[in-house]
Amino acid sequence: MAKISLIVNGNPVTANVDPRTLLVQFLRENLRLTGTHVGCDTSQCGACVVHLDGRAVKACTTLVVMADGHEVRTIEGLAADGAPLHPMQEAFREHHGLQCGFCTPGMIMTAVDLVHRKGHELSEETIREELEGNLCRCTGYQNIVQSIAAGAKAMAKSDLA
Amino acid sequence: MYEFKYHRPATVRQAANLLVKNEDSKLIAGGHTLVPVMKQRLASPAHLVDLSHIEGLDTIEMKGRALVIGATAKHAEVATSATVRETIPALAELAAMIGDPAVRHKGTIGGSLANNDPTADYPAACLALGATIVTNKRRLKAEEFFQGLFATALEGDEIITRVMFPLPKKAAYVKFRNQASRYALVGVFVAKRPSDVRVAVTGAGSNGVFRVTAFEEALKKRFSHKVLDGITVPAEGLNSDLHGSAEYRAHLISVLTRRAVEAANAKP
Repeated sequence: MAKISLIVNGNPVTANVDPRTLLVQFLRENLRLTGTHVGCDTSQCGACVVHLDGRAVKACTTLVVMADGHEVRTIEGLAADGAPLHPMQEAFREHHGLQCGFCTPGMIMTAVDLVHRKGHELSEETIREELEGNLCRCTGYQNIVQSIAAGAKAMAKSDLA
Repeated sequence: MYEFKYHRPATVRQAANLLVKNEDSKLIAGGHTLVPVMKQRLASPAHLVDLSHIEGLDTIEMKGRALVIGATAKHAEVATSATVRETIPALAELAAMIGDPAVRHKGTIGGSLANNDPTADYPAACLALGATIVTNKRRLKAEEFFQGLFATALEGDEIITRVMFPLPKKAAYVKFRNQASRYALVGVFVAKRPSDVRVAVTGAGSNGVFRVTAFEEALKKRFSHKVLDGITVPAEGLNSDLHGSAEYRAHLISVLTRRAVEAANAKP
């Protein structure tokens, strides 16, 4: 077993884990943060995307021991319970950027990371390129692309990063 | 995934000692090849030695006349580094084409080279640019480092620490992706160096990355895609699978080399 301490959504977390525990397993099974999904489990679909030290990563391909001492943000960390949604979440709701919703947490975490890296004015081409690692089997992406473009703009006016 | 013991050394020396002391150990940095392979139980090391917390191992800087990239520099860091973009923009562009954004946030140059996947991008850059791979023990020229499918000159307790790239006069990388995996079906890196021209191909060779000397000699005389007219690449020794025949890959090598030369000439 290995002792780990990390920050998850702003809260310090300490645990004893088997070193082979994946970050996504730890989030879902130990912390019960089940918003982060396991889709393909082979680092292709992006349903498990979370932020590690502010950067989008695939939690199914990250050992939680390697995240020891680091900071993790999940979909649950975007907006407080009961508070208004994060602008990117709100944009997905408004523009119907989901159908079944399974890929949505990963899509939104990828989108927020994209805005942090490339700013608030995103072309359709940029958004589609940046979604290389996130698969959606329902929507055909059109509304996801629209949601991200709108969410990126809305983030410029929001206090939520 | 089978059980393993996890080690987090603070220095390369400590990491090397751990490799010597523990038989059946593997290095991990970004983990974007090793973790999937361990999940499939195709690899089951008893010890994992984590290089990702060694300070200073991911530095990107100019040293003398070479661009030096630390082994644990991530693809996203190489892609966005002002130093790389100024000195060898083709290398930054290549890094930006690896995997997807989340993969680029974790995968490292050292990991990619040590793995030597026959469809990986960095090996083509190293071979074409004439890079030197520096380890905790010695310096290896790219042409002696890559030794076939997933095979390198690295010894069991040897750790890549950095990669030195001499600056080319012009360079470009063009990749034709496999539509499903998005890996290179064929990728061609062309470098016009002070003394010669090198053309390195990934994805196509049944023995990993290789150079196309017929193209190199023609391009050395005149660095224009026009000199490639009439020169073909033999299909012999190229991969043939459900994604494309050896003949198709041979054709792609010619087409992509032309595009790479044109792209290199179009750069300021």
